[in-house]
Amino acid sequence: MTDLEIVIAQWPMFLSGLWMTTQLLVLGAIGAFFVGLLCLYLLNRRSPALERMTLLYIDALRMLPFLMFVYLLYYGLPSAGIQMTAVTASILALTFYHGAYFAEIMRGAWAQLPGGQTESARACGFHGFNLIRRIILPQLLARSGPMLGNQLIYILKDTSFLVIITVQELTWAASAVQSQYFIPFEPFVIAIVLYWLLTLLIELGINRMDAVAKEKGLGRS
Amino acid sequence: MAAHDSQPPVLEADNICKSFGDTEVLRDISLAVHAGETVSVIGSSGSGKSTFLRCINWLETPTRGAIRLHGELIGRRADGLPMSDKLMAPYRARMAMVFQSFNLWPHFTALQNVIEAPIQVLGVSKDEAISEGEALLEKVGLSDRASAYPYALSGGQKQRVAIARALAMHPSLMLFDEPTSALDPELVDEVLTVMRDLAREGMTMIVVTHEMRFARDVSNRVMFMDAGRVAELAPADRFFTQPQSDRAKQFLRFQE
Repeated sequence: MTDLEIVIAQWPMFLSGLWMTTQLLVLGAIGAFFVGLLCLYLLNRRSPALERMTLLYIDALRMLPFLMFVYLLYYGLPSAGIQMTAVTASILALTFYHGAYFAEIMRGAWAQLPGGQTESARACGFHGFNLIRRIILPQLLARSGPMLGNQLIYILKDTSFLVIITVQELTWAASAVQSQYFIPFEPFVIAIVLYWLLTLLIELGINRMDAVAKEKGLGRS
Repeated sequence: MAAHDSQPPVLEADNICKSFGDTEVLRDISLAVHAGETVSVIGSSGSGKSTFLRCINWLETPTRGAIRLHGELIGRRADGLPMSDKLMAPYRARMAMVFQSFNLWPHFTALQNVIEAPIQVLGVSKDEAISEGEALLEKVGLSDRASAYPYALSGGQKQRVAIARALAMHPSLMLFDEPTSALDPELVDEVLTVMRDLAREGMTMIVVTHEMRFARDVSNRVMFMDAGRVAELAPADRFFTQPQSDRAKQFLRFQE
């Protein structure tokens, strides 16, 4: 058997790693999206205190390296009496870390919207979360597609760090095969190809979203 | 106006003042508007017309003064703090606003723009909102454009959709903020025609405008503003034929 054949024979491991990575990506992205929305809502409450706190959260998380945040959650919190599994810590880390970025992307897109739309919605009696959900969010998604897609790719890549806290995702699978059979090259190539395929899927989704937005004339005045 | 005596005015603005920092934009504006009345607010740019209109539905928070809708004090809670958007929502829904820049929601079709707030804010059923929305689009002459997105509409069509959207709230008062100022000259008339019809049907309207012909022909009264004050408040025909204040005479001379 060639090295490549040996590695390919381990496909169930790659598959289960890929599955874990996909779950982390999807759950992390959904969580981050809702954290981003929550930040938008808090920033829109017209309360200076809430606004300051939200901006502090966004800035604090953005200056923190992702791995440090993971360590903080997984190794730091137990000393405060909060224990969780590596997978739970991973999903929380992705959610709150990338939530700050999502908030920043959507905040930027909101600032670009013609101001009158929020105003006409308020004048019709819209307020709070319904205003964001029905009037603002669809436009933010349509306008910030490429930025959001980029962030999804960052989430995907950050899942690879999670091998360090023993999560059995794709990078873990590759290094496990590598160390078991002492084949240093092929396992990583396979992992890279699988990461690349996931990235392509993200791009495909974003392109679909942009096509719908174009059809509705969003981005035009 | 004897017929109105038993009922409070639809809208009362009492001594509205507004400052942005050190700049006083409105100084003691008072106005009462009765049911079925159309009041045009005119004056040069920067005189405070739009700010006053936006103080009425509290999109802008007046520094001082009170707004009453059907006799009910709105905008401030009992403790004096401004009402939240949530508390203001039912009042705002009864004072539909039409904006200079239309402010349609671009991710909705014309019909969706009209039915969105009735469904989400007033809780009207979707079927009911759609049949009424279609009727309103027909009223503003746009039934064939119901499924068009705003980008595909002309300025005049957008503004007519915006008027239909406002009407869908069943407002007891409509606020127009320079509704024709952003339009090409040849599109102005289609919007004014719709507004003229509304006035004729007895809608209560406050119209900030630069269209002197509309102010003269359609409105009952004219409020002429200058430097944040009411320089003159008079029946429309008297204002245009015999303006009392020097500032109004000067302004009207300039319009011709």
